[in-house]
Amino acid sequence: MPIRFPQHPGLVVYLTAGDNGLYADAAQIRPGDLAVTREIALAAIDAGADVIELGVPFSDPMADGPVIQRASERALRAGTRLQHVLNLAAELRAARPAAGIILFSYLNPILRYGMSRFADAAAESGADGVLLTDMIVEEAGDYLAEMRRTGLNPVFLAAPTSPDARLQAIAEHSAGFIYAISRTGITGKQQQLAADAAALVERIRRWTQLPIAVGFGISNADHVAQVGQFADAAVIGSAIVELIERSTPATAPGEVSRFIKGLRQPSGAGPGMQREQSARR
Amino acid sequence: MASTAVPPLKEKPKPGPPHAAGRFGEYGGRYVPETLMAALNELEQAYAAASADPVFRAELDDLLHNFAGRPTPLYFASRLTEQLGGAKIYLKREDLLHTGAHKINNALGQGLLARRMGKRRIIAETGAGQHGVATATVCALLGMDCIVYMGEDDIRRQELNVLRMRLLGAEVRPVTSGSRTLKDAVNEALRDWVTNVRDTYYILGSALGPHPYPTMVRDFHRVIGIELRQQMLEREGRLPDAILACVGGGSNAIGAFHAFLDDPAVRLIGVEAGGRGKSLGDHAARFEGGVPGVLQGTYSYVLQDEDGQVALTHSVSAGLDYATVGPEHAALHDNGRASYVSADDAHVLEAVVRLSQAEGILPALESAHAVAECLRIAPQMPRHAILVVNLSGRGDKDMGILARELKIAGAEPLSGR
Ligand SMILES: Cc1ncc(COP(=O)(O)O)c(C=O)c1O
Repeated sequence: MPIRFPQHPGLVVYLTAGDNGLYADAAQIRPGDLAVTREIALAAIDAGADVIELGVPFSDPMADGPVIQRASERALRAGTRLQHVLNLAAELRAARPAAGIILFSYLNPILRYGMSRFADAAAESGADGVLLTDMIVEEAGDYLAEMRRTGLNPVFLAAPTSPDARLQAIAEHSAGFIYAISRTGITGKQQQLAADAAALVERIRRWTQLPIAVGFGISNADHVAQVGQFADAAVIGSAIVELIERSTPATAPGEVSRFIKGLRQPSGAGPGMQREQSARR
Repeated sequence: MASTAVPPLKEKPKPGPPHAAGRFGEYGGRYVPETLMAALNELEQAYAAASADPVFRAELDDLLHNFAGRPTPLYFASRLTEQLGGAKIYLKREDLLHTGAHKINNALGQGLLARRMGKRRIIAETGAGQHGVATATVCALLGMDCIVYMGEDDIRRQELNVLRMRLLGAEVRPVTSGSRTLKDAVNEALRDWVTNVRDTYYILGSALGPHPYPTMVRDFHRVIGIELRQQMLEREGRLPDAILACVGGGSNAIGAFHAFLDDPAVRLIGVEAGGRGKSLGDHAARFEGGVPGVLQGTYSYVLQDEDGQVALTHSVSAGLDYATVGPEHAALHDNGRASYVSADDAHVLEAVVRLSQAEGILPALESAHAVAECLRIAPQMPRHAILVVNLSGRGDKDMGILARELKIAGAEPLSGR
């Protein structure tokens, strides 16, 4: 399915699948039971997230900062496997037919599962697309063929350091949307949106009509409003993963819902903003 | 994460048709966050230009000779040969290099390249600390800032090298994620590089990672095999029958092997860390327990579980305690040009004592893996055969571990084995 952002700016929410936060009682959770992530994802969609990126936890998340590293470690300790994430995608698809669902992973778990088998399973689950953090366009021959065969949207990352020739190739091979990285660096919250981001989005637009989502470091309503001035959607990752870390499984869906609703209220009065400020104090 | 039995795969995991750049057979390539691609392309071009520049080459050769101490001797180990009663054993003495290991060959090469590229902030990862010490040394020599990432476990077991790095002016940053060893130090160095890519040069310490590193690091170590070949022809009038080298990421081994790839009569044998057992998590023998996969930017053999999660590793030597291996070794393994075996911790410790007491040479725990395999195969070879061990480093750094493992205390003499 094409990815749609009916509201402006659109919101893409990253969740590390299988992370139940710091305060979950391990004895209460069966390995592979992603109910907590499911409830959070449903709450996020109902609060206005257009796309959910389901992060497959990996032992060596070299592009991620400490927040998502910790979430990945917790998810793996809870026994999360790629198959469970695929099952979760299918549950979300059944429950919320209109939401965008992207499977977000490092390459090795996919390779080990089998690229072709993965593409079949991902398409069957009802996911709309795939983003592989450590897959660049030059190496993507097989991957792209599998995405085409199964009708999935391959989403590639574009970086502020990517020269125009690379942006052109990224634009040509992407479908669904393009994920523009707001700054050089790993995932993680930051105070200010980098000036890099607007210039990057402008450069990507020359090569594509696809929607462009801006991510890395976006953590409050002001950031989202700024991104809305030049891009189609904002990606929120670490800020929400950190919120989940601090919540209990019972409170996380409500916390995430409130946070996401606040992201579309840039006046500074939204509950998301207050939460951010109190968190910083 | 460390499940024990991994069922055999029906099909080898493959990322796809190889992009031409930086492939060894089907292995290698570039699997990195997009942010690094411009830097890798810049590095590739700068390295190509430097390699073609006689001025660069001359400066590197001068430093290798006058600063690092090349050429290193090829030493005939007559007492060990006599004791084992088989092949003639030669040692290629990389342990005699400045800073104590082969790592300085690469650190000098990349340090000069970084200076040529105008980068003044240097980062590196280290396991045993030898690459960290070599990089800190080169940064002192060239007046550059140096940050070394090192796993917390390795900081503890290679404390002497940590102190050396700090004395040399480097900042050592402990890495507390994952297994707190070499793999995690590489992750952290990559995270730093992604963040500071515009002004930072990453001196990767082994023949691994994304292209162009495996090729470039190998080229800087090729001098080992080139010297060895010439020295052997001068001494014996012929090439050796076999060359042994330990394999962590694979830099000293590929450096020793490369000049002999077209001489099929010379057996090339890499020795991995057998650790304390055969189960996943107890060793770092990638060619025994690993499956092809992608880790830290390259496609090669990776110790991993059924879900593609990277396994923990164990070795008495920090420098071999690593879940993947340089891609050129993966290709040499598959095409049969080199063979790979492992030596376990107990045999390695025995080899340290044996070489120390037979020849007065204390090898690094890493290098002692190659010595252990030498002790095993030399007696089975005829007396006219010639066996070379690439002695990649010296063991001073390991005295803490050795004292503990061998129970050396006070002034009690250690009985020979
Ligand atoms: C003395 C010595 N030999 C070997 C190694 C392993 O590295 P490589 O396989 O790249 O030679 C190390 C790494 O720390 C080392 O210090």
